[in-house]
Amino acid sequence: MLRTRFRRLAAATAVAVVGLGMLAACGDGGDDEATSGPVKLRFLSLAWQKESLQANKDLVAKWNAEHPDIQVEYVQGDWNSVHDQLLTSFEGGDAPDIVHYEAASIGEFSKQGYLADVSDLLSDDFKGQIDKGIWDTATFDGKVTGVPFLLESQVVIANKKLLDAAGVTVPPADSGWTWDEFQANAQKLTKPGQYGAAWALKSPTNRVLNLALNFDGKFFYTDGGRTEVKVGDAEKEVPKRIHDMLYTAKSASPEALGMSGADTLPGFFGGKYAMLPGSVSLRQQMVEQAPAGFEWVTLPPIKGQSSLQAANPQTLSISEDSKHKKQAAQFLEYFLNPTNMAALAKGDWLVPTGKQANEELVKLTGGKQGWDVAADSAADLTVAPFQMADGYPEWKTKYATPAFQQYFANKITLDQLATQLVDGGKQVLR
Amino acid sequence: MFGKPSRTGRTLQYVALAGYLIFLGFPLIWLLSTAFKPPRELVRLHPTLIPTNPTLQNFVQAFTEQELGRAALNSLQVSLASAVLTVLVAMPASYALARFRSKLGTVALGWVLLSQLFPFVLLIIPIFLVLRQVGLANTHAGLVLIYVVWALPFALWMLQGFVRNIPRELEEAASVDGATRAQVLRRVVFPLLAPGLVATALFSFISAWNEFFFALVLIKTPELATLPVALARFVGIEGTARLGPLAAGSLLATLPSLIFFAFMQRRLSSGSLAGAVKG
Repeated sequence: MLRTRFRRLAAATAVAVVGLGMLAACGDGGDDEATSGPVKLRFLSLAWQKESLQANKDLVAKWNAEHPDIQVEYVQGDWNSVHDQLLTSFEGGDAPDIVHYEAASIGEFSKQGYLADVSDLLSDDFKGQIDKGIWDTATFDGKVTGVPFLLESQVVIANKKLLDAAGVTVPPADSGWTWDEFQANAQKLTKPGQYGAAWALKSPTNRVLNLALNFDGKFFYTDGGRTEVKVGDAEKEVPKRIHDMLYTAKSASPEALGMSGADTLPGFFGGKYAMLPGSVSLRQQMVEQAPAGFEWVTLPPIKGQSSLQAANPQTLSISEDSKHKKQAAQFLEYFLNPTNMAALAKGDWLVPTGKQANEELVKLTGGKQGWDVAADSAADLTVAPFQMADGYPEWKTKYATPAFQQYFANKITLDQLATQLVDGGKQVLR
Repeated sequence: MFGKPSRTGRTLQYVALAGYLIFLGFPLIWLLSTAFKPPRELVRLHPTLIPTNPTLQNFVQAFTEQELGRAALNSLQVSLASAVLTVLVAMPASYALARFRSKLGTVALGWVLLSQLFPFVLLIIPIFLVLRQVGLANTHAGLVLIYVVWALPFALWMLQGFVRNIPRELEEAASVDGATRAQVLRRVVFPLLAPGLVATALFSFISAWNEFFFALVLIKTPELATLPVALARFVGIEGTARLGPLAAGSLLATLPSLIFFAFMQRRLSSGSLAGAVKG
């Protein structure tokens, strides 16, 4: 019996050694690229929604069929780990040629010299499709290191039957409610067992800073090369209004505070919340998950002094180390031409940055399912000061998010919130 | 000292045990339920455990969109190879550490412990560069190498506990009876060490099966991706997830560990006892 066991062990050793050899053969064993044959580009995509995945894969397949001399390999990444994945790839000198990410996050890589300046690689026609304000979100130290292509605006999704029952009229796509009107209507929609609104504030900082632009709240101020956090009346306006809805008017549900946008859907579909201020992409869940007969409507962004919001577009960048930047730029121009950009935006339920793509998308969808509102909201998206601040990610994680969470949980006052934000800024922006 | 428990006491014990089992098993049961629910049932205000309109659509999506079948096969290859190699390396090393006490052995054990203090984010870039130099970046062999190295310190510690619990007298008795050193190891030590080897294999298999970060960074070719990396693709921005396909994929990811554990469980429990009780 012992002998049998020993033989088994020997066999297992042999299998392991042979197996390891076979596994080694499974990989490509390095990054040597053939000197002849087609140019090979690696494209790291973060598409994750079903339709968006399909649109991405279809476009790559179509490009490969039409361009036998430039072949693109589609590599799937994911949003949660892409930062670490890219960091190690850049440091290790093995980054993908084309990288999908977002404007707020590519600044760090851009400043470290990992991303190529695409301004000279792209044609003027192509660049002219996207507004300068949107290009600014991907411009760092004068270098344009990303092509912004998908935008996310904050709109309001509402339960149409509840609006009708409360006598609340749906505003037109190009003229949304003011904050006062939104708060008043939320109040009308509040009754026992039903809140007028649900603010999903699991990650409150981006949300508040985006909307703060409604009242010209900038939070980050740069003077003489020095950036600091300031919280004045303009910055206080949005958090104060949300807080009022939660604890004074009681027209917003406190239980939604710890939720992400998608977490509020069961309550929304169940009639607990009449309105969901949230991302324009929430419409996808409405289409996929709303119960039969549920009527929903997309309301335009809420207005303060303006309806401006911070734009943090998704971007496509070219690695500085790529040996085929020109070909990568060629692919980007194809991948993001107006028709393709419209298809990508439709797949992700986001707003295309290209003007013509936006028009095509509205035409394609007939403006239904909130596409008219989404298209109009693009004009209000602009670069915000916090997006350009070097220490913003650290400030957000260490100071701002805990402070906002405490404030919205009614544990600290508005002035204490302001003090914590400013002090956090001093720590980070030294 | 303690009397036989009363009937009521016994019933309460069973009720408590059943409650504990449900508590432990509930996440798995909910995962099972979610995997078979269509999108609309996933966002009900009052969700049900049994899907009202069960569907296999989530499995279809999981397998077609992210090719989970291939990813599972990759994970299986890598995890099995890691488990076998870890055991093969840890077995003689732990025996040496347990039996031949010297200053070098103490230093070696200290170093093994110390190596666990380094966070992997600190090591990932150097590891990546080294693997790239030797042509093992973007290969399963490179991944297996990392997993073996990563699992070895704990495996060594665990296994040397098992070795120490084998009475030295047994080996001496075999030697007195004329057994050679190799025969002593093969016929006396190895069979008694089997539970420890099983526990070590189980540990390294599960660590490799679940590992995400190294696989994410080291593997570039989509066809070589492992299961945790493929599953992460169902999670979108700010934690929003496609729950149905994710649950279906996670269910698949749980099965091999469960099956492996079910096969090894008996030996594992006897092994734990062998490691815990001093002879």
